[in-house]
Amino acid sequence: MADTKSDYFVPHGSPWPIVASVSMFVMALGGALWLNGSDAGRTVLLLGLAGLTFMMFGWLGTVIRENIAGLYSGWVDRSFRQGMAWFIFSEVMFFFGFFGALFYARVLAVPWLGGDGIGEATNSLLWSGFESEWPTNGPGEIGGDAEGGFQTIGWSGLPLLNTALLLTSSVTITIAHHALKNNNRRLLNIGTLLTIVLGAVFLYVQAFEYVHAYQDLDLRLSTGIYGSTFFMLTGFHGAHVTLGVIMLVVTYIRILRGHFTPNEHFGFQAVSWYWHFVDVVWVCLFIFVYVL
Amino acid sequence: MYRSKAHGRWLFIGIAAAALAIATPAAADWALDFPASATELGNKVRGLHHLALIICVVIGIIVFGVLGYSLVKFRKSQGAQAAKFSHSTKAEIVWTVIPVLILVGLAIPTARVLIEMEDTQAADLRIKVTGYQWKWRYEYLDHGISFFSNIDDASNAASILGAGLELHEHYLRDVDKPMVVPVGKKVKLQLTSNDVIHAWWVPEFYVKRDAVPGTINETWFKAEKTGTYRGQCAELCGRGHGFMPIVVEVMEQDEYDAWVAGLTAPAEPEALEEPEAAVSQIAPAAAGGASSR
Amino acid sequence: MSDTTHEEHHDGPHASGMWRWLTTTNHKDIGTLYLVFSLIMFLVGGTMALIIRTELFQPGLQLVDPHFFNQMTTMHALVMIFGALMPAFVGLANWQIPLMVGAPDMALPRMNNWSFWILPPAFLLLLGTLFMPGGAPAGGWTLYPPLILQTGDAFPFVVFSLHMLGASSILGAINIIVTITNMRAPGMGFMKMPLFVWTWLITAYLLIGAMPVLAGAITMLLTDRYFDTSFFLAAGGGDPVMFQHIFWFFGHPEVYILILPAFGIISQVIPTFSRKPLFGYVSMVIATSAIAFLSYVVWAHHMFTVGMPAAGMLFFMITTMFIAVPTGVKIFNWLATMWRGSISFETPMLFAVAFVILFTIGGFSGLMLALVPADIEYHDTYFVVAHFHYVLVPGAIFGVIAGVYYWLPKWTGHMYNETLGKWHFWLSTIFVNILFFPQHFLGLASMPRRIPDYSVQFTEFNMISTVGAFGFGLSQLLFVWMLVKCVKGGEKASTEVWDDPQGLEWTVPSPAPYHTFETAPKV
Ligand code: HEA
Ligand code: HEA
Ligand code: CUA
Ligand SMILES: [Cu+2]
Repeated sequence: MADTKSDYFVPHGSPWPIVASVSMFVMALGGALWLNGSDAGRTVLLLGLAGLTFMMFGWLGTVIRENIAGLYSGWVDRSFRQGMAWFIFSEVMFFFGFFGALFYARVLAVPWLGGDGIGEATNSLLWSGFESEWPTNGPGEIGGDAEGGFQTIGWSGLPLLNTALLLTSSVTITIAHHALKNNNRRLLNIGTLLTIVLGAVFLYVQAFEYVHAYQDLDLRLSTGIYGSTFFMLTGFHGAHVTLGVIMLVVTYIRILRGHFTPNEHFGFQAVSWYWHFVDVVWVCLFIFVYVL
Repeated sequence: MYRSKAHGRWLFIGIAAAALAIATPAAADWALDFPASATELGNKVRGLHHLALIICVVIGIIVFGVLGYSLVKFRKSQGAQAAKFSHSTKAEIVWTVIPVLILVGLAIPTARVLIEMEDTQAADLRIKVTGYQWKWRYEYLDHGISFFSNIDDASNAASILGAGLELHEHYLRDVDKPMVVPVGKKVKLQLTSNDVIHAWWVPEFYVKRDAVPGTINETWFKAEKTGTYRGQCAELCGRGHGFMPIVVEVMEQDEYDAWVAGLTAPAEPEALEEPEAAVSQIAPAAAGGASSR
Repeated sequence: MSDTTHEEHHDGPHASGMWRWLTTTNHKDIGTLYLVFSLIMFLVGGTMALIIRTELFQPGLQLVDPHFFNQMTTMHALVMIFGALMPAFVGLANWQIPLMVGAPDMALPRMNNWSFWILPPAFLLLLGTLFMPGGAPAGGWTLYPPLILQTGDAFPFVVFSLHMLGASSILGAINIIVTITNMRAPGMGFMKMPLFVWTWLITAYLLIGAMPVLAGAITMLLTDRYFDTSFFLAAGGGDPVMFQHIFWFFGHPEVYILILPAFGIISQVIPTFSRKPLFGYVSMVIATSAIAFLSYVVWAHHMFTVGMPAAGMLFFMITTMFIAVPTGVKIFNWLATMWRGSISFETPMLFAVAFVILFTIGGFSGLMLALVPADIEYHDTYFVVAHFHYVLVPGAIFGVIAGVYYWLPKWTGHMYNETLGKWHFWLSTIFVNILFFPQHFLGLASMPRRIPDYSVQFTEFNMISTVGAFGFGLSQLLFVWMLVKCVKGGEKASTEVWDDPQGLEWTVPSPAPYHTFETAPKV
């Protein structure tokens, strides 16, 4: 079905986008029903998720087949690359919103509640006795233990280990990438596998840390602004790492099947970019959420 | 100032003549400008509005004049031949620099007024204003007076869907108990809210400030003339948003003192009604949204 | 009339009927889908506006309950912005950008289909909330907490629907950027691209920068309501005003998303009917970029009454005021394009001229709003409503209409009915002013926005405005009729359609064949 005239491959009709849209709809419907307390909600949500997974296999499978059939020129490849880059940029902006909330709360909202700057009257009339500090769960001591207190996770323990894990994984994926370019399949294989393992360990440590926070530190999503920003930022990051690991696993399977060549390996490159992005977000998190 | 007003009227008449014929020629209130100000600061704001309006009208006349001229003069049907030019650095610099200068000229007086406006120091009287869905509460912190201000009964009855009742002159702009302040005194308002965001607004004072739950916002006014001033809530706050009016009575100092005395002496229990603790004010309101499941 | 180049290659759609439209990857099909969807949403959103205007015809509540009125205000805005205007621009981009840069299609055709087909289900969710317990969202399109958290069962539906709309916009924007940067025909350098392409490129950057931030903001709303976070709760150390900052960090770029493509269309139309090249091409590109850049640092001008440090207000006032400079450059460039041209007044040109005048009026009121002390009095009154409808309706919507008349012959192969077009223009232009100009006076006389009922002194101007609304709405039925007639038949359009227009789209036959530029054109 390839175009004979242009060397830009234009597919003719595809069922996958509409499958994707319907699945998204079902997911949204299920999620909303679930939040509204309906029992069917979760089932519907899972149904949508299943649809989305099915779509992913179908859509990406088609793309991979077309790629192997040699329908894509370097020109198409460039579109994919640029598309992926801009997608990652949109993800950056998504995180930017949450970092913005963190900065706003720390630099403005909490100090104002504590009486700094324009917050003098706010503090004296509404929240007298509240002192601006970070971490905090606010003047109302929302969440936390019976006295409203909570503890935070220090940066020097597991978070530091996690930083090391992710930074190392960034190196291993780069090694794998270079190996791919040099057609060193063995090193490519090892590098990718190592990255997966490092990512998985990272996730394990993160989960461990969450359990610890919930059970021992009285630090929860509901623990005022600190808990909110902490869990939303690290949580969304964790979700992205999970996605990254899944993508890496798929990539690894493709490597085992002999996909990718030294010159054409958009799939690999996209995943590696994504992985670096997840990494950079973590470094920002480590600095702004844990250390500072 | 006069000119801009006349221009606005002219423009309006030109455009709306057709509709005028259809609309009922009721006892018309054709206010075309900001209301007369009851405060000195308000006069300055009104002046800024006029200044900006004049600048815009003048630029508008030039821009639309040139446009109109081109449309008439360079019509193809009149045999106009198209020129070929497509840029002129000189012209482009001119029409970049001139607007910059105009804007700087406009920004300076505006900044001055802004700074004056934000100065809440040295107030003579402090009133804490709390927005509720859908009424206001006024607490005179210096006198221990506190009361709610609700929409008046007549408006309330007439505002029911399909009521079809007669609407009085101050329909939706009247309350049972107005806020009362002395004339010529700097009154500082400390605004907050019990539930969602409201905004306290009296147009003739040129004061509008949001009442945000969990926060105190400060603003001030100094009324120059006695009288009754009317406004209403200016931030969407739910179904009753259109129905939470504000009325301020500005009185001579002695009348005001009598008003204060009348409220503090006999009406002890109501006047000293304790405001609920701040935390319990805020937390349940926010939980209200979250508690539905 | 050179029907020769592509005639032999009759490569129509591969599927037929409904399946074709569901699975199509063709930019022209998808452009059509977007445009039809947008028109339907315009009628839906307009019907809501008519409900608003009918209730406001006279004081006292006659038609709807206040809560339903607030739902109408909120839904009207969401439907118009996300359902009518943005899809209209994306539809035009889909049709025109590949034609204008000489590309065989959009760069990522499957994703293109996906971007569109996210919209109908998303609006199904959004409009469905009207029938839920507690009704549709009623907190205004700005979704401010804590009020929006009082929404009933509709709440998660609204949030997820907006997530989907955001996803659709981001995917669409990525596709447009990649198409423009990667798919241009040889010789089509960046500084040779038509302005519509340029403005869309910059708009797409705004979309990718702004939409994810909205997604984050509404996600925080969701967790505040269902998972006990405290982002917007002072007792927990958060701040309701923080939502407004995040929202407007998206919201202000959003309003330029709604106008920049219209600027692009006007920059195509005016040169064609002035028979003269666009004046100041380079400064147009720079001005558009400057507007986009500035749009990220002005957001708090929507929040001058929330209680901000004075220095903050000054900063946002000054940055806002300076947007007038690049916008002015654009206006002056259009004037200079017409200056000493050879002007004719076909319908697209009429709409373009009205755009220049009426957008400028809307811009002027915007500039006045930027002045903090005055804005404190204008804020949340009908003066603001008048401002943004001037830039949105005779601004953005007129831009879309101008573009549709301009390119319609290329799409359908038929000329539209010029008499109908002229009627549509004159009625629209007269009524839109009757509709929105009096709202300035209502605002100055201190009528707040978002109220279902008002005190008696506002009666007259409200009546006039309502009359204008019905006149304007009914005039749009002429537009619909014109479209139907033009699709069905009419005088055959030539390849060039107009007098010597510039651009690659005028080198392909009318109607444009299903596949164009399969061999790259020479520029
Ligand atoms: C297409 C959409 C669009 C566009 C283009 C604009 C353009 C502008 N807007 Fe508008 N605006 C909205 C859509 C838009 N706006 C919406 C939807 C809202 C309300 C949201 C809500 O609350 O629901 C809003 C609200 C809004 C506010 C908040 C009001 C309030 O709530 O209190 C402000 C305040 O500064 C503002 C300012 C401006 C300015 C300065 C411009 C400038 O870009 C205008 C620049 C143009 C000109 C000035 C004219 C041409 C220039 C010249 C001829 C040059 C010479 C001129 C001079 C030197 C004066 N807008
Ligand atoms: C692109 C955006 C856009 C567009 C095009 C419009 C178009 C219109 N708008 Fe609106 N509007 C907004 C964006 C827009 N608006 C926003 C952002 C708000 C703020 C919301 C908020 O406060 O949260 C707002 C708010 C708003 C208000 C204030 C409400 C309030 O504060 O309570 C009003 C009141 O007059 C109004 C009126 C109108 C009217 C009469 C039109 C007209 O131009 C509409 C004309 C079109 C028609 C009338 C449709 C024609 C069709 C028919 C007549 C046939 C019907 C048939 C079928 C359906 C089969 N709009
Ligand atoms: Cu209170 Cu609006
Ligand atoms: Cu803005």
